Amino acid sequence: MISLSADKITKEVTKLCIGINCNIGSDVIRAIRKALKSETSPIGRDVLGQILKNDSIAARDNTAACQDTGIVIVFVRLGQDLRITGGSLSDAINEGVRQGYKKGYLRKSVVNDPLERTNTGDNTPAVIHTEIVSGKKLELTLMAKGAGSENMSAVRMLSPSDGENGVKKFIVDTVRNAGANPCPPIVVGVGIGGTAESASLIAKKALLRPLNTRNKNRRYAAMERELLKQINNLGIGPQGFGGRMTALAVHIETMSCHIASLPVAVNINCHAARHGSVILPLGRIK
Amino acid sequence: MKKAIKVSTPLNTKDIAGLRAGDRVVLSGIIYTARDMAHKRLVKAAGSGELPFDLRGQVIFYAGPAPAKPGSVTGSIGPTTSYRMDAYTPVLLRCGLKGMIGKGQRSEEVRESIRKHKAVYFAAIGGTAALIAGKVKKVEIVAYGDLHTEAVRKLEVKNLPLIVVNDIEGNDLYNEGVMKYRREKQ
Repeated sequence: MISLSADKITKEVTKLCIGINCNIGSDVIRAIRKALKSETSPIGRDVLGQILKNDSIAARDNTAACQDTGIVIVFVRLGQDLRITGGSLSDAINEGVRQGYKKGYLRKSVVNDPLERTNTGDNTPAVIHTEIVSGKKLELTLMAKGAGSENMSAVRMLSPSDGENGVKKFIVDTVRNAGANPCPPIVVGVGIGGTAESASLIAKKALLRPLNTRNKNRRYAAMERELLKQINNLGIGPQGFGGRMTALAVHIETMSCHIASLPVAVNINCHAARHGSVILPLGRIK
Repeated sequence: MKKAIKVSTPLNTKDIAGLRAGDRVVLSGIIYTARDMAHKRLVKAAGSGELPFDLRGQVIFYAGPAPAKPGSVTGSIGPTTSYRMDAYTPVLLRCGLKGMIGKGQRSEEVRESIRKHKAVYFAAIGGTAALIAGKVKKVEIVAYGDLHTEAVRKLEVKNLPLIVVNDIEGNDLYNEGVMKYRREKQ
C-alpha cells in the first residue's frame, strides 16, 4: 500500500491557501478582459479595468486580491489504496490552513460558533468534503469563499411540475435579488436534482469548473447559455452600478432525484473566484 | 466620463450637497473602519454617551483588512456588504456621521435617514483590496482591538476611488443603473 505523510498534505494546503488568494485564475482574468470589451456602461468598464489592475497588483506583490480571503472549503478525493501516516487527514488540512493564513498574511474570517461569534484567530476549521474513490492518490481542491457572495446563495425545493421554466426563474430571481451584494460580475453555480444538501454541494462544485466550459449534456449546456443571457439582461452590471456584464459564467451540475422532488441550489461566486488543486503524491497525476 | 471629484474629510453639509448618485469621487483624509461587531458596540456606546471617537462629520468604511506584511502600512483592504450594518446606521447618522463607504444597496430606512441627515453613501469597488491598500497612508487601531480584523481603525487615505450611491436628494445609483441597462422581457 502506498503511504503519504500528513506533513506533506499540510505543506501543500499551506501553499494552495496562499497561491489561490494572491493569484486569480487565468480563466477568470480572460473572462473579465472579454467582459471589458462587451460592457457598454462607462462606470462598468471603469470597474472592470480596476479589477484587472487589482488582480495584477495582487499577483505581482503576492498579496491577497480581496481582503475577504474567505472560509476554506476543501474537496477531498481520497484513493482507497492510499494510506495517510503521521496524523489524521482533517488535522493535516486544518494545520495547512492555519500556516497558510499566517504565512500569507491572509485575513482570519472564521468565528467559533454562529451565535457566540468569537474569531478562532487562525481561519480554521475548514469545511471539508471527502469522497473515497478508487486508486492510490489524494486529490485536494481548495476554494477560498468570501461571505459577500456566499450569503446571496439559495436553495429551493421545487415541485417536478415547475419544470425547466421554474428552475430558470428561481435562478434568475436569486441573481436579481442579490443585486450588487455578491460583487458582480459573478459566477453562478447551479445544482439541480439530488436532495436539499446534495443540490447545494453540486452547486458549489459547479463553481470549480474552468469558466465557460459547458455541461456535457446538450440540454443543460443550452440552459447555461440561455441563463447567462437572461442574467446579463438584468442590467445589474459590474458592482451593480448598471451594465451588461452581471455574470461571467453559469455552470450547471445535475444528479438524479426522488420522483416527488426537484431541488435547485444556486451558489454565487464573486469575480474573485479563487480555487486550486493538487494531486498527491506529486508526480502521480492521472 | 466625468472627471472624479476631489473630496476631503471631515465632511460638512456643503461638501455633500453637490454630490450626486453616479459621481466618481477621490477621497482624502481620515476615515474610520467599522463592520458588524464594531457597529453593534458603537450603537451600544452611543446609547450611554461613550463613543470611542466623535462621529460628527466623519466617514465610516465598512472594512476589515488582512494583516499587514512587515514594512507595509496595511494588508489588503476593501468594502464589505453594507446591508448588514443597516440596523445600526440610523443611530450613527443621528450622532453626526456624514459618510459611509461599503458596497451593495441600503434599506429604505437607511436611505431615508441619509436624506434626512444630509449624509452620503459611497461604494468602493469590492474585490479590489490590493489596489485600495495602496491608497492607505497610515493605520491606527482606536477601539475594540479584541475584535482583530473587526477592530475600529483610523485610516489616513489619499485619493481613495469611490462612487456616490445615495445622495441627499434620495437618488440611488443601484436602482438607476439597473433601470438604464435592463433588457428583461416584462
